[in-house]
Amino acid sequence: MTVDEWFELAASVCLLIGALLSLAAGVGLLRFPDALSRMHAATKPQIAGLAFILLAVGLDQRNWATVSTLFLVMLFQMLTAPVAAHMIGRAVYRTRHLRRELLLTDELADVVDRASHDLATDPANRPE
Amino acid sequence: MSGVRGSIWRQVPLLIWLVVLWLFLWDQVSVLSIVTGLVLALLITRVFYLPPVELPDRIHPLGLVVFIGHFVFDLVRASFQVAWLAVDPRRVPTSSIVAVQLSTKSDLSLTLTALAVSLVPGSLIVEADRQDDILYLHVLGTETADDVEKARANVIAVEERIVRAIGSRDDVRRVNMSRAERSLGPIVSGRRQRAWEERHPVIPVEQYPSEGGYPE
Repeated sequence: MTVDEWFELAASVCLLIGALLSLAAGVGLLRFPDALSRMHAATKPQIAGLAFILLAVGLDQRNWATVSTLFLVMLFQMLTAPVAAHMIGRAVYRTRHLRRELLLTDELADVVDRASHDLATDPANRPE
Repeated sequence: MSGVRGSIWRQVPLLIWLVVLWLFLWDQVSVLSIVTGLVLALLITRVFYLPPVELPDRIHPLGLVVFIGHFVFDLVRASFQVAWLAVDPRRVPTSSIVAVQLSTKSDLSLTLTALAVSLVPGSLIVEADRQDDILYLHVLGTETADDVEKARANVIAVEERIVRAIGSRDDVRRVNMSRAERSLGPIVSGRRQRAWEERHPVIPVEQYPSEGGYPE
């Protein structure tokens, strides 16, 4: 096998892994029970899935012009995905679109309850 | 005056980064691309002004390599785990919302820890309490209380790796103090760290400014 063929093989393998991870993300989106769990499927395997697909493109093209652009695609995906996930996750929690019976523990519930209680009651006759 | 000059010097890394970004997009290094990049970078930093980020006063290259290596490994491993949870026909995963108390008091460390934890599949930041430095995560696939503790310890380990790589001197001291409480050794104990600690006394949490970082 020539060097080019080896690169092609590596690119194909990366492409397959990336595609499988994205497929699993889609399955997770359907199968997970509530909005927060679905967020994991919708945002996370994407990162690794995209990384493998970009790696495949890089292995296939092998020139700096492409690699530098791929690097930027990955970087901005990694910077923005968590922010989007956090905003949606926060909104989901605050609007109670999650199924509490599926949670093992919820260490945020008390904090949020206290904060909303403080807001709801008049500051003047707040306890303590 | 020194305040103004300080803020310009603080923006230099941002300007350089914006020019490099521009060169990457054009895929060529020429006088024209560098000049237009500089002009655009200056324009952007003036029009879309953001408060300058407190950059760390130390950097540890080996710590950075360790952190990135660990991060990539975690990312790939956890991606396959979550992918398996998604297709595993036997059960639907149980999740938890876990509160993690971090030990550092700086914006950069909190943000980087939240980013790194959030990028690894299976954990999602639901809420970040900047005042008390607590991250609230939604963790996928926690079947027992043991798994919850493991998730918590994992976030703290990520924070420690980040602080070892690019944490400020104060971050390092706070992490060392929190590790000492758990009877673990310090992450950094160099000569310069000790010298800094002698010149800067430990201050209580309430005395940190609301914008974060050790008060100068």
